[in-house]
Amino acid sequence: MTKLEILTQNLQETDDLARRVATSSFPGLVICLTGNLGAGKTRFSKAYCTALGVSKEEVNSPTFVLIQEYLGRWPEKHGSRPLTIYHFDTYRLKDLDEFCELGAEEMLSGNGICLLEWGERVAEMLPADTLYITIEATSETSRRFTFRGDGEQISNLIEQLSIAQ
Amino acid sequence: MQHLLAIETSCDETAAAVIDRDRRVLSSVVSTQTALHEHYGGVVPEIASRAHLERILPVIDEAIKQAGLTLQDMSAIAVATHPGLSGSLLIGLTAAKTLCLATGLPLIAVDHILAHIYACQMASGRDVYPCVGFVVSGGHTHLFDCPSPLEHKLLGCTIDDAAGEAFDKVAQILGLGYPGGPLIQKVATQGNTKACAFPRIFIRDERLDFSFSGLKTAVLYEYQGIPGQPPKAGQGDPQRIADVAASFQAAVVDILVAKADAALKKTGYRRLCVGGGVAANGPFREALTQLAARRKVDVIVAPMEYCTDNAAMGAIGWELFEAERFASLDTDITPGLVRR
Repeated sequence: MTKLEILTQNLQETDDLARRVATSSFPGLVICLTGNLGAGKTRFSKAYCTALGVSKEEVNSPTFVLIQEYLGRWPEKHGSRPLTIYHFDTYRLKDLDEFCELGAEEMLSGNGICLLEWGERVAEMLPADTLYITIEATSETSRRFTFRGDGEQISNLIEQLSIAQ
Repeated sequence: MQHLLAIETSCDETAAAVIDRDRRVLSSVVSTQTALHEHYGGVVPEIASRAHLERILPVIDEAIKQAGLTLQDMSAIAVATHPGLSGSLLIGLTAAKTLCLATGLPLIAVDHILAHIYACQMASGRDVYPCVGFVVSGGHTHLFDCPSPLEHKLLGCTIDDAAGEAFDKVAQILGLGYPGGPLIQKVATQGNTKACAFPRIFIRDERLDFSFSGLKTAVLYEYQGIPGQPPKAGQGDPQRIADVAASFQAAVVDILVAKADAALKKTGYRRLCVGGGVAANGPFREALTQLAARRKVDVIVAPMEYCTDNAAMGAIGWELFEAERFASLDTDITPGLVRR
C-alpha cells in the first residue's frame, strides 16, 4: 500500500493537483473519490477531466443521472488518442446489484478512465489496483488529499505526485 | 377524433395520458414514487426502474380507461426517450415499442425537455413560440431558445448541480428530508430571507450558465460551521433552519430569475415559458410574475400538475405526428443531455 498526503491551500491549488493526477493517468485507471457533501469531489472531477481534454461545461454533478460519459484525449505519452471517461456517482445506490445493473463492470475493466464519487460504497466491485483519493475540508478553501493504492502502476502514479509536489 | 397515447418514465414518475388531436387531455395518470425514495433522500434509479416495471401497464390501462377508449382508438403512441435515467427511460420505451408492434400503430419519440416547455403551450391554449424555454428540475436547469415546438438551442445550463438537486441536498443538510423543494418552501415561510448572505453565483456574468454547488457548500458552512473551526450553534433550532432555508431559497430564486431575464434580453423574445418541478415553487412563481410586470413580457409557467413529470405534456407528440416524424422500432434511448 502506497500512501501520500497533499494539502492544498485554495481552489487554485486543488485544480492544479487534479491536473497533475490527470497527467499521470493511464488506460484502465479507476479512481475512487471519497469525501463529505461539499468536500469538492465534483470540483476535483471537473478539473481532472478538463485536463484530459473534456470541455469544462460538460462535467457536472452525476448525482441525478448516475453516470456521465465524456470524450477526452490522452496525454501525449499515451499517443494523444481519444479517451472515454466514466464519471459515476453512487450516492443514491442501495447495493452492489444496482451498481452492476448500470453496466459498471464493463466500464471498470475497459481502457478508459473511471472516476467514482462516493466510490467507497461499491468498494467490493473496484479492481485491486484502484487509486483511492480521500478529500477532507480543513478550512473553507483548504483541503487534505490522501492518495492510497496498491500495484505497480498506482505506486508509480502516487510517486510522481510526491515528486512534483 | 384522433387520439394519442403518451407514456413518460424518464425519472421516478410512471405516467400515461391520452390526448386528442385538439390537444385536449382526456386522461392523465401519474404514479409517483416519492414515498419509495424518501428514505434515501433522492431518486434511487434502480428502485425507480423496478417500480416502473410494476406500474407501467396498470398506468397505461388506467389512462386509456379514464379516457373512455380502448387501445384500438389510438392513432399513435408517443414516449419520452430523452433525457433521463437510462433504466427508467428503457421501460417506457420498451412498453411503447411492444404496443406499437402488437397494434401496428406508429411510434413517436418525444424529447422530455421540449415536452416540459410544450406544457406551457397546452396550459395557455395559444401559440407560445418563439419563446425562451426554461426547464428547472431535479436534473435540469436549462435555458433554451425555442423558435418552434420542435426546435431548441441551448442558451445555458448548470455547470454542476441542478437547482432541484440543490434543494434536495440543502434539505438534507438541514435535516428536513425528501423531496427538498416543498419542504424548504414550507419552513422558509417562517424564516428571514436576509438572515444569511448567500452567494448569487454568476448572477452578473454574461454567460447564461448556472452553478449551485457553491451555494450548497455555503449553506453547509453557514449551518454546520466552517471545517477546522468549532461547529455552529443553533443546529436543529427551527427558527435557524427556517432562516437558512428562506435565505437559500431567495438566493436560488434571484439567480433563476436574473438568468431568465438575461436570456430574454439576449434572444429579444418577449415570452418566457417555464416548466419542471422547481417551477412549482411559490416564491419562484411570484418572482416570475414580478419579472413579467417589470419587463412587460409574457411569462407562462406550467400549471402545477404539469410542472412535475407527467405524460400529458407528451401532447407534443402531435406536433411530431403532424410533421410525420415517426420513430422506427429500433429507436434507442439517449439518457444524457447533449450540449449543442
